[in-house]
Amino acid sequence: MNYFFQQLLNGFQLGSVYALISLGYTMIYGIIRLINFAHGDIFMLGAYFGFYAITRLKFNFLLAIIFSMVLCMIINVIIEKVAYAPLRKKNVPRINLLITAIGVSFFLENFTSLKIIFGPDYQPYPRPFKIITFDFLGLTISSIQIIVFLITLVLLLILDYLIKRTKIGLAMRAVSYDKETALLMGINVDNIISLTFALGAALAGAGGVLYGICYPQIHPYMGIMPGLKAFVAAVLGGIGIISGAVLGSYIIGMVEVFTAAFISSTFRDAIAFAILIIVLLTRPQGLFGKEEGIKL
Amino acid sequence: MINLYIIQIFSYACCITISALGLNLIYGYTGLFSLGHAAFMGIGAYLSALLTKSFSHYGYFIYIGAIISSVIFTFLISYLIAIPILKLKSDYLGIATLGFGIIVKVLLDNSDKVFSQMGGSRGMLGIPNFTNLPIVLFSLILIILIMRNLIYSKFGRNLIAIREDENAAYAMGINVYKQRLLAFALGCSFAGFSGALYAHLYCFLHPSNFDFLRSIDLMLIIVLGGLGSMSGTIIASFLWVFILEGLRIILPQAILDWRLVIYPLLLILLMLLRPQGIFGNKEILWLKKEY
Repeated sequence: MNYFFQQLLNGFQLGSVYALISLGYTMIYGIIRLINFAHGDIFMLGAYFGFYAITRLKFNFLLAIIFSMVLCMIINVIIEKVAYAPLRKKNVPRINLLITAIGVSFFLENFTSLKIIFGPDYQPYPRPFKIITFDFLGLTISSIQIIVFLITLVLLLILDYLIKRTKIGLAMRAVSYDKETALLMGINVDNIISLTFALGAALAGAGGVLYGICYPQIHPYMGIMPGLKAFVAAVLGGIGIISGAVLGSYIIGMVEVFTAAFISSTFRDAIAFAILIIVLLTRPQGLFGKEEGIKL
Repeated sequence: MINLYIIQIFSYACCITISALGLNLIYGYTGLFSLGHAAFMGIGAYLSALLTKSFSHYGYFIYIGAIISSVIFTFLISYLIAIPILKLKSDYLGIATLGFGIIVKVLLDNSDKVFSQMGGSRGMLGIPNFTNLPIVLFSLILIILIMRNLIYSKFGRNLIAIREDENAAYAMGINVYKQRLLAFALGCSFAGFSGALYAHLYCFLHPSNFDFLRSIDLMLIIVLGGLGSMSGTIIASFLWVFILEGLRIILPQAILDWRLVIYPLLLILLMLLRPQGIFGNKEILWLKKEY
């Protein structure tokens, strides 16, 4: 029984990281209907920025997270302006945006694995704070798990505040609901889209640093699988819905950890995707999505 | 030596073209967003390799038998998969097929627990080398002919009608769901065919040859060539293979790593400058038909 609760804790840790990534997916999909395949690579960049902030710049842990968040934001806004914005202006089919996102993803992976950038090797991630383990009701809780959980919680609360209580959040919701009308209401749609990319990237950047601390090994292709899983989580919860993405992430995190613990670690990807397909077939709009009417 | 290499690459390009034509039938002509096409290639490749490896003393007979059985098998599997999955629309269909692709890859990774010859994540070795240049060329021409006849038949016109406007097609009396099922299964059986050729070309199979990145490569090819254009798909497949391999020869050793940096940049640029792909939905030469 103890083993079960211990795994629950591990699932929580993994789910928190997924939540930070999947929020970016869900927000970007909500606003421009793009499956942003490059998002997992922004997460990878975040992990590397945190790595260099801690090892080279000798930043402390919190400062490293903020550093990585800011850099990821800047990079993702540049990517949006250079690669996606011109396509949106030309009003091309959505598949072109998707292919461009895939192109950006390949570019980030292969560019960063050049020797002059990050290099193709696996890097051990530094531990910027001392790991203390507590015994609580027979469970072993490490300081890493507490810190990951706290930081995720704080970031989620900030995001929730931004989206629900500020004028910018209102504008974001308006744009994702109806772009033309939002434009008529005097909202600068382009800026709001950039802002969404920036917010998503900031969360992914923080997620990257936390991932590096939890699973201390990073490499330029590390973003592919967590990115896909986070995307699955976003779809599971109902894509475009913030709370759905968070809950979906915890579900996927739990499923993955429990499959690895009780069945076989080689099957964990398969089970996560099998659940996704089953959910899609029974509730295509996701667990928390609203049903959309058919447009003729 | 270099000739052998070029022949190998050319045969590989033919295999990729057959797969990509199948995907074009699914996505380009019917509008079913599929991100798991390589998985069907993998199913065909592994099945045929298992057959030829187990019954290798029958020589070319078993090779032909293996190809036919992998075509039929991928057709059946994809038909069964499509029955529930095709109820999903656009992006969701893409996600479900992507999920299917990843499940297939995981199963192939663990295949050695059931069939030890399949090697699992260590890869499958010792497949007889039956595929050669005349065979792939013949197969490619055969597939192009089949594809052309399909597209210009009533069935093909139905598919295009469904792609353009599902509701209007339904109102015209087309059984949208059934036609989609058939298109999906046919496209996937092309992939199975190409997988069977591929397996006996390289004589080595690994699950990562058929993971979701390969599916995305196929998607890239058909979008680059132009959705709903056979000529575009054929030319884009060859360009794609030869540019990726060509950069390996052209670029000096020192900047060889840049090959995979230049390629996505070209991709982004092409999407921006020519969003409809190289051919749009036009055809050239005898692939064109006047109505």
